[in-house]
Amino acid sequence: MLATFKIGGVHPPENKLSAKEGIKVLPVPEQVIIPLSQHIGAPATPVVGKGETVKIGQLIAKAEGFVSANVHSSVSGKVVAVDNYIDASGFSKPSITIQVEGKEWEEDIIISSRLECNITYTKDEILKMIADAGIVGMGGATFPTKVKLSPPPGSKAEVLIINGVECEPYLTSDHRVMLEKAEEVIVGVQILMKVLGVNQAIIGIENNKKDAIEKLQAITEKKIGIIVMPLKVKYPQGGEKQLIKAAVGKSVPSGGLPIAVGAVVQNVGTALAVYEAVMKKKPLIERVVTITGKSVKNPGNYLCRIGTPISKLIEAAGGMPDDATKVIGGGPMMGRAMTNIEAPITKGTSGILIMSGKEGIRNEIKTCIRCSKCVSACPMGLEPYLLRTLSENGMLEECEKEKIMDCIECGSCSYTCPACLPLLDYIRLGKGKTGAMIRSRKK
Amino acid sequence: MNTLIISPSPHIHGGDSISKNMYGVLIALIPAFICAVIFFGLGAILVTLTSVVACLIFEYLIQKFLLKQTPTIWDGSAIITGVLLAFNVPSNLPLWIIVVGALVAIGIGKMSYGGLGCNVFNPALVGRVFLLISFPVQMTTWQLPEAFALLPDANTGATPLALLKEAFTSGRPVSELAINYKDLFLGNNAGSLGEISVLAMLLGFAYMLIRKIISWHIPIAIFATIFVFGGILHLIDPTHYITPVFHLMTGGVMLGAIFMATDYVTSPMSHKGMIIFGIGIGVLTVVIRIFGAYPEGMSFAILIMNAFVPLINRYFKPQRF
Amino acid sequence: MNTILITVISLCAIGVVAAIILYFVAQKFKVEEDPRIDTVESLLPGANCGGCGYPGCRGFSETVVKSENMDGLLCPVGGAATMSAIATALGRNAAASTPKIAVVRCNGSCENRPHTNKYDGAASCAVVHSLYAGETGCSYGCLGCGDCVSVCKFDAIAMSTETGLPVVADENCVACGACVKACPKGIIELRNKGVRNMRIFVSCINKDKGGIARKACSAACIGCGKCFKECSFEAIKIENNLAYIDFTKCKMCRKCVAVCPTGAIHELNFPPRKQVVPTVETKEE
Repeated sequence: MLATFKIGGVHPPENKLSAKEGIKVLPVPEQVIIPLSQHIGAPATPVVGKGETVKIGQLIAKAEGFVSANVHSSVSGKVVAVDNYIDASGFSKPSITIQVEGKEWEEDIIISSRLECNITYTKDEILKMIADAGIVGMGGATFPTKVKLSPPPGSKAEVLIINGVECEPYLTSDHRVMLEKAEEVIVGVQILMKVLGVNQAIIGIENNKKDAIEKLQAITEKKIGIIVMPLKVKYPQGGEKQLIKAAVGKSVPSGGLPIAVGAVVQNVGTALAVYEAVMKKKPLIERVVTITGKSVKNPGNYLCRIGTPISKLIEAAGGMPDDATKVIGGGPMMGRAMTNIEAPITKGTSGILIMSGKEGIRNEIKTCIRCSKCVSACPMGLEPYLLRTLSENGMLEECEKEKIMDCIECGSCSYTCPACLPLLDYIRLGKGKTGAMIRSRKK
Repeated sequence: MNTLIISPSPHIHGGDSISKNMYGVLIALIPAFICAVIFFGLGAILVTLTSVVACLIFEYLIQKFLLKQTPTIWDGSAIITGVLLAFNVPSNLPLWIIVVGALVAIGIGKMSYGGLGCNVFNPALVGRVFLLISFPVQMTTWQLPEAFALLPDANTGATPLALLKEAFTSGRPVSELAINYKDLFLGNNAGSLGEISVLAMLLGFAYMLIRKIISWHIPIAIFATIFVFGGILHLIDPTHYITPVFHLMTGGVMLGAIFMATDYVTSPMSHKGMIIFGIGIGVLTVVIRIFGAYPEGMSFAILIMNAFVPLINRYFKPQRF
Repeated sequence: MNTILITVISLCAIGVVAAIILYFVAQKFKVEEDPRIDTVESLLPGANCGGCGYPGCRGFSETVVKSENMDGLLCPVGGAATMSAIATALGRNAAASTPKIAVVRCNGSCENRPHTNKYDGAASCAVVHSLYAGETGCSYGCLGCGDCVSVCKFDAIAMSTETGLPVVADENCVACGACVKACPKGIIELRNKGVRNMRIFVSCINKDKGGIARKACSAACIGCGKCFKECSFEAIKIENNLAYIDFTKCKMCRKCVAVCPTGAIHELNFPPRKQVVPTVETKEE
């Protein structure tokens, strides 16, 4: 019996169309748009001006405040604009546009792909390197990694959990990273263990990625303290709290952080980025992105430079299908639909999913029959049917009492609802408003 | 390129739908219907058909002309109400009475609250209890079963529970009652047309569990409570109180626990709440059967517990993470 | 007969006993309340809309009675008339207030502002707003799901099927401000009602640069500043590529309307242009 989390969860069709496709390198485009806010927290402040030439890996915007991340140029060339661009959701956001010229790398970056596994740096040095490299959580939440690796005073990490779950249907980028960059990921894990001062790391992988499990198990056999743990396939196992429950059996209390039970969770993509930042001095300028969809000609996994327009990636996979109705950044359960496919790939883009025809259209909404399937599906033990009504009616105090802030927005409720109600739409709205209410109360 | 569609996540749906669940319940009711036809013949078909058609017509009329909604009669819920109402009445009930029952079930039991999803009480049971109180004679004149006869003789008799009640009130020891468990299991006994066969009910239960239409909590809680509570009474005084197995296998316990108490709209939302709900029904059923005026208590027990559902939902929250 | 008699007598007896108990309980647990609260409440419209910022008309009445003067207290529904009635009842002076009305500052009709994508989700502006910029290229304009319509208690705002934008019914609007709060984009503003409902306002809140704004919507304010130059009363200011007309300073001369290149400045309820009489200007305070 494989481990998994206890409450709720669903099992959507996996549709991992690109699982067998190796990582290909996407050609560098003529122009990249690098957003200054690719992370949760304050946008970075630009340190280059229009007309300046930059190298690959050069710092172009500095982190602003504690919860923020550096931004580096992913190409070499000339800055043509430090301006706003229209992002994937249609809002104007500050960004730096660079016209690509040449292929000049920043000097201290080691370009060779030789495996370096001798960690000679101290904890603080590593932490600084991670911060300098602008690494954020690569699973999609884009929380600055340096912040996550600095536990608040008084709390001590006991175990590092590496998220190789990839429970979202369709997405395969983490899967391919684990297969093709297994050694690098493991070194990354060792670096993370050193930073946190823990001697145990668990790599949680869902059992639908047997090849990755075997490969990592073979490597970690000789490494002390790293365990590869196959997990039962169940969504949303990639949720931090769910993964901790599945891996170590501990429940993070409501409103608490994983560190409350001594755990720190990092994505495999982040582990790879940490390896590259520390051992190769390479900042976060590229990432593996899955391009997939049932009508996409060549679904695959591409190593893309940050800032590449999404349309280039779609072209590489055989172009936009004629009947495409929806383009989603991320997976089908938690990804965001996009209005603008000229928007760039960012640090948090784990995949691009194209849906066609009816697939992209929601079912007709019926009335709630109180079947309680949403309650059974909720991995946080909430009552989505109730939260939806409360938040639709603006009853925020009640929402708070019913623990709306615990919602992880996984979408299991909307996915199961036989009446096809937009449960999560309203819950997310209510969660936002309730959060604002709680914050204003503290002031 | 088409205009892109934007919607909030999730972008996929599990494909479950209200009608899938409703028709699933109807499929689960087929074995019971077959049993009814085997033992009660044409009468069972007529009563069921009348009830379903009447429910559909009333639902359509009320939605179209009173509530001014787009009628949704084919979502399956009105058909279920019709079938369950028919399954809760004797097979020789005059057809006009069943039409009245259907009107009460759909009109008062369901539509007066605003339609599917809003009602507090199980519509079929509202109709049934209304008929039981308004037409007590017709509603308790039971056709005796006669296997594989299309038009069985008009022999009427008492249900096992009525016999028990009679014995109980007249002071005769219940242990003298002749109980044929095989007949009870297969359905060869008098009673409402859908409740006679335990076997058919259990088949339906298994089907609904496999299809994940219902969870096990409510029926199992009811069975366990009746067994335990009835068992305690039986152990105290076996001459006075019958074995709990008899309670489980007679009357509407099976039909009620599996098909009526698990009605989505009128049952609690959390698993804890479901178990409390089931225990309440079990206790009330035994209490009504043994100490009440009616030989059968399932319908009343479910309706009473229906009234407590909002309260249960308020105080029995699902297990939080 | 006997049964009926017994029933009647016993019921009466129960009634009498209960009444006596109730009387003493009511005496014992009596809550002293300022009788003026009731008086004030009876003067209020009783819509319990919350437009005043207090929990219903009762809450407002309590605040009014408790407060020393009536500064900042206004029932937006009843308006000045109600407030002066309350002031008279309480023996105080009511502060004068100008009647206001909700104004929708977006002219992004389907024609002016072509759709660039299609929304398929919960029909609520707030949900759309939390998700993305909207169905058109303009990230400031009306989302068209009608949150303002659903919060209006006075039937004063409705979505036009023609333009897809909300339209305020002058005669119904009481300026309670519910729609202002409901609009996630902040399009609706309470402005002076104006003499004979005449109003001039910039019907756009797009802060993008002119070119971007124009590309998204042909009726957008592009911040060109022509109106600013034309205005002789310093009523117009331009900030973040957007013109705003200060209604307290505007003299309703309508010169800005004429010069606006995109037609973003709207005039409402004015007589046809040629019959403009200077008296209109002088009347306005």
